[in-house]
Amino acid sequence: MGVDNPLGDNIITASLDGLVNWARKSSIWPMTFGLACCAIEMMATGASTHDLDRFGIIFRASPRQSDCIIIAGTVTKKMLPVIKTVYEQMPEPKWVVAMGACACSGGIFDTYSVVQGIDEALPVDVYIPGCPPRPEALLYGLIKLQEKIGRERNSFGSTIGLGERFDSAA
Amino acid sequence: MAQKETMTVNMGPQHPSTHGVLRLIIELDGEIIEKITPHIGYLHRGIEKLSEHRTYHQTLPLTDRMDYLAPMSNNLGYVLAVEKLLGLEVPERAQTVRVITAELTRLKSHLVWLACHALDIGAMTVFLYCFREREKVMSIYEKLSGARMTSNYYRVGGLSADVYAGFEKDVQEILDTFPAHFDTYEGLLTKNTIWLQRTIGNGVISAEDAIDAGITGPALRGSGVDWDLRRDNPYSGYDKYDFKVPVGEKCDTYDRYKVRLVEMREAVKIIDQALKSLKPGPVLAAEPQVCYPPKENVYNSIEGLIHHFKLASEGFAVPEGEVYQSVEAPKGELGYYIVSDGSTKPYRMRVRPPSFVNLSAIERMAKGAMIADLVAVIGTLDIVLGEIDR
Amino acid sequence: MADNNRAVIKLKERFAADIVDVKEFRGEVTVTVKKENIVAICNYLKAELAYNLLTDVTAVDYLGQEPRFLVVYNMYSIANKDRLRVKAQVCESAPEIDSVVGLWSSADWLEREVVDLFGITFKNHPDLRRILMTEDWVGYPLRKDYPLQGPDREPYKGRLS
Repeated sequence: MGVDNPLGDNIITASLDGLVNWARKSSIWPMTFGLACCAIEMMATGASTHDLDRFGIIFRASPRQSDCIIIAGTVTKKMLPVIKTVYEQMPEPKWVVAMGACACSGGIFDTYSVVQGIDEALPVDVYIPGCPPRPEALLYGLIKLQEKIGRERNSFGSTIGLGERFDSAA
Repeated sequence: MAQKETMTVNMGPQHPSTHGVLRLIIELDGEIIEKITPHIGYLHRGIEKLSEHRTYHQTLPLTDRMDYLAPMSNNLGYVLAVEKLLGLEVPERAQTVRVITAELTRLKSHLVWLACHALDIGAMTVFLYCFREREKVMSIYEKLSGARMTSNYYRVGGLSADVYAGFEKDVQEILDTFPAHFDTYEGLLTKNTIWLQRTIGNGVISAEDAIDAGITGPALRGSGVDWDLRRDNPYSGYDKYDFKVPVGEKCDTYDRYKVRLVEMREAVKIIDQALKSLKPGPVLAAEPQVCYPPKENVYNSIEGLIHHFKLASEGFAVPEGEVYQSVEAPKGELGYYIVSDGSTKPYRMRVRPPSFVNLSAIERMAKGAMIADLVAVIGTLDIVLGEIDR
Repeated sequence: MADNNRAVIKLKERFAADIVDVKEFRGEVTVTVKKENIVAICNYLKAELAYNLLTDVTAVDYLGQEPRFLVVYNMYSIANKDRLRVKAQVCESAPEIDSVVGLWSSADWLEREVVDLFGITFKNHPDLRRILMTEDWVGYPLRKDYPLQGPDREPYKGRLS
């Protein structure tokens, strides 16, 4: 056939969690959702030198096809309802990465129009400090997100009616 | 009795080709654009208000974050405006380094413009190439200032530090390699049939209309107006350099594309001349009321430490008055109008953002075009929302 | 030296009654005028003196002084390569001035921004919606009596500045 079959006719057994988490964390599809300066670093991370595709991370233009939203930039009060809508349009399971000081805490923009951290509205999984964070910092944050996804217990089983979901303290 | 009905389409603020958080409400007759209502302000961070509560040096990092594709051009406009208020002379070496870094910034900004513009029209390869080259400029930025994007490298009166050892070599490498890269981009696009069909005759605006709409920068030059602030109202020693100001003829997206590519080649020439004329000397004016003391004084003497602390915490007072200083930023005329009341903080800092005014002409440029060509018009305007909304 | 400026000489001939003050600072000429004839003055500057590019319209809030606001027009002549700044006085009790959109369409968004952030109305402007803030925003952020962090937040006090 031209395709090697290194495992022969064997079977690999794994736990459901192990399989689901492995699949989920190896194909994080974030949304192309740039807000400000950090978006440019996010693009640089996705472009030639750093190449996010190595991690199975491919940007999708539509929230319906994504499972991760990287809040890359300053969130203003005018933008917040839009972000909430976009977040609600994403199918479960979904993760939020707050990229940069503005998304984490408002950063240097302690003003009338700026939301002081996206965690006021969305459940943030990973905070990446920096103004803007370097591409390496974003990569590190996304790897941390993969680790976090890998630790999830029964998140898939609970959605198909197999018991409760366990939330780890981390 | 066919009745004409238009359809309203919302584009953005979450849209991959709006270059950020621009929102356009488009009224369509079939596929023809009848009306565009831009909605902006989704990134309004209150920089102008914030600067009234910060000292002059603390305001400088805010300017980085306006046009985040060209931070050093923003810094340059701001420090020039404050220096004008103070009546401060900047040492020659600092001026030359400023020109080199400002032109590197122009390269960097135009590379992102080309990358995104081409990506919007469907040329993914150019995007990857441009970002590869951009990293070279970013690494120079990083070595100069410690930050890849928000550099904050200039200071009122000069530079925060002299260039690093090996700066000339790094810049020379860019000068040696970039023209060949520009040839690559041109090879991919300039005679590419798809590119020509998408850009020629798209987004036409006549010279009179462009001036009336306040368009500046490459977008104005693409309409055939021969006007460049670097040549016509020189600042920071630009009058010493010999460069060509490209102008377009057909006033369309293709001409603006060509103008920007020539600008990139001219930027390389300016950097080359500036690099050759770079002479040793101080990089900060000898004005202790305004400029920070050298670091070895700060670390080794109590006077230096107090001097630094006083400047960092209290800032410096600026004489009462008002100035408007503009620079030819990659996007157009970037102006700073600063009103001082004699204190250590700006009484009012107004930024004249080029993208803001350029964007306001979008309806004129895209009306009557096909909906699919709208992204080409957005791309050719080279907008940055951080600057539009501030 | 400001008296030698080509625009100042002509303006003093034509609009002597409207000119409040002429100043030069760091080589930049500023003409302060009364707001009533602003459109006529701008029209003259554009038509006769070739100030064809209106680069900026903004305002400054001098809280506690009368007139409280100054609307600032920065104009540029591409032919002569010089700048002129015209400031029009707008008092607090009637914060309105005539729009110059009819002369330069670049004034459209620039004036809308002044409306949005300062609350100065431009008469005869075609579309005076808020531009940066949301439609239902209360207050005018760039006025000096508007708190930096907004009216609904206790200002953070743990910082030097």
